[in-house]
Amino acid sequence: MIRLLAFRELRSLFAIPSTWLVLATLQFIFAWFFLARLEAFLAIQPQLAQLANAPGVTLTVGAPVFNMAALLLMMLTPMFTMRSIAEQRRNQTLTLLLSAPLSGRHIVLGKFFGLLFFLTILICSIPLMLYTLAFGTHLDHGLLMGNCVGLLLLTASYIALGLYISALTVQPIIAAIGALSVLTGLWLADIGATAENSPWHFISPLHHFQNFNIGLLDSGDAAFFILFSAVFLLLTVKQLRNNRRHG
Amino acid sequence: MLGLLGHNGAGKSTALQMLTGCLLPDSGEIEICGISMLKHPIQAKKNIGYLPETPPLYRELSVNDYLTFAARLHGVRSDMVSELLVQARQNCGLESVGKKIIGTLSKGYQQRVGIAQAIIHRPALIVLDEPTVGLDPSQIRETRALIRELGNSYSVILSTHLLSEVESICDRVEIMQHGKLIYADSSAAMQHFGGAIGFIVSLRNPPAIGILQDIPGVTAVEQLSATQFRVLHKVADNPSAELLRLAAQQNWQLEQLAPLQATLEEVFVKITAAESGKAAAS
Repeated sequence: MIRLLAFRELRSLFAIPSTWLVLATLQFIFAWFFLARLEAFLAIQPQLAQLANAPGVTLTVGAPVFNMAALLLMMLTPMFTMRSIAEQRRNQTLTLLLSAPLSGRHIVLGKFFGLLFFLTILICSIPLMLYTLAFGTHLDHGLLMGNCVGLLLLTASYIALGLYISALTVQPIIAAIGALSVLTGLWLADIGATAENSPWHFISPLHHFQNFNIGLLDSGDAAFFILFSAVFLLLTVKQLRNNRRHG
Repeated sequence: MLGLLGHNGAGKSTALQMLTGCLLPDSGEIEICGISMLKHPIQAKKNIGYLPETPPLYRELSVNDYLTFAARLHGVRSDMVSELLVQARQNCGLESVGKKIIGTLSKGYQQRVGIAQAIIHRPALIVLDEPTVGLDPSQIRETRALIRELGNSYSVILSTHLLSEVESICDRVEIMQHGKLIYADSSAAMQHFGGAIGFIVSLRNPPAIGILQDIPGVTAVEQLSATQFRVLHKVADNPSAELLRLAAQQNWQLEQLAPLQATLEEVFVKITAAESGKAAAS
C-alpha cells in the first residue's frame, strides 16, 4: 500500500513540467559548480603537489559539491513537500486517501518514500558526475559513499519536517515558507553559534551532515537523522488525525 | 437509494464526511455494513465508495491511471484491476477518454470520473455528495440516469439540495436541518405529507360547482378558473370514474384530469417550517 502511494506520488511529480524544469536547472547548477571547483583544483594542483599529505581531488572537488547540494535541497524540499499534503487538502484530493481503507501511517509513509525516492534520483546525478573524474585519476570511494549516505539521510529529515509543516496548514505557500524558514533558521543558528558545544549544533541537521561531508561516519549523526525523521513523521500522522477531528 | 435533503449548511456534507471516515465524530457511533467505523476504520472503509462535493481528482494523471490507482487503493488485486476498469468506464460512459489527462476533460466528464472512482471497487455502499452541482442540464440528466442505474445494483446515499433530484431518483428521503435529522420516509409518502389527495379537472363546458360536490367521495371542490376545478377526495374512495361517466353523459367536454401532486418544494417547506415552529415553541 505504501509502495502504491509512493509510486502515485512519483507519477504525479513526473507528469508536471515544472518538475522536469527543476531537475534540469538543478543539474545545470551542480554541473556549473562542479566544473568551477575542478578548474580551481587544476589551477592550484602544482602547489598542492608540494604539500605533504595534500587533500585529494575528491575532497577538494567532490565534498564542496555535496555541501552545496545539501544547501540547495534545503531550499528545494519545501517546494515539493508543500504539494503533498497542504495542496492536496486545498484541492480536496486528500479526501480520496482519507476515505480509502488506509491508516494515516500509510498515507504519510507513502508520501515520505515517494518524495525521498524522487529526491534520490535528483541526488544520484552528483556521484555520477563526480565519477567521470575516475577516467583520469583515483577517487576516494569511501568519501563519496559517505557523502551520498549523509545527503540521503539529510534529505529524509528535510522531507519529514516539510511534511509535518505541510500537514499544519491548507495554504501550500505557507507550508513552503514555514518549512523553509524552520530549515534556514536551524542552519543560521548553527553557523551563528560559535561555542563548540552549543545546543544549536546538536539540533541542526546540516551540522550533522558536516561529518559525513568530510568522510567521517558517526553513528550518532546517522541516529540523529533517523530520529529527527521519525519524530516528524509521527507528528505528521498525529496532525492528520487532528485535522480529521477538527475539519 | 436514499436522498439526503437539506438547506445549504444543514450539515449534509459533514454527515457524509463522517460516514466515510474523512471526519471523526465527537461522539456517537457509525456502522457501515455492521462494521464500526471508529473501531475498525480500514475494514469499514472497504465497503464504501465516496464522491465528495469536489471530486478528488489528480488532474495530472490520465483517466486510466487514476482509476487504476483508485481501485488498487481500495484493495483490488492487480490482476482484477483491468477488468474492473473496463466495467467502470463502461458504466460511466468513459470509454472514449481513457488515455486523456483528467485536467483537460470537461466538468461533466470529470464528474463521471469521480463517480467511476467511487464505484470501481464494487463497494456495498456508494456515497455521492451533490453529484450534479455545476453541470449543465444535459449533463445533469445523464448523471441522474447513471445514478439511477447504479441504484439498481448498489445502495446509494445521495445528498442534494435539489428537490427535483430526489423526486426523480430516490426511493427514500431524509431531511436534515441544523445538523439534525428531522424527517425520514419514502419519497412517495413525502409527496403526500400534510397535503390532501385529489385531482385537477378541466371541463370546457362545466356544470355548477354543486353538482361536482355531490359526486360520492368528493370532500371539497375549489374553482381555480372558469374551466378548472380542484377536486379533493377521500383516500379510499376515488370519484374519478364517476366523474368521467358523468362528464361523458352530460357533455361537460372533459379536457384534462390530472392527479394532484404536491411538489416536493411545497412539502419540503412545510416540513422544515413545521420543525422550526416546533423548535421555537419548545
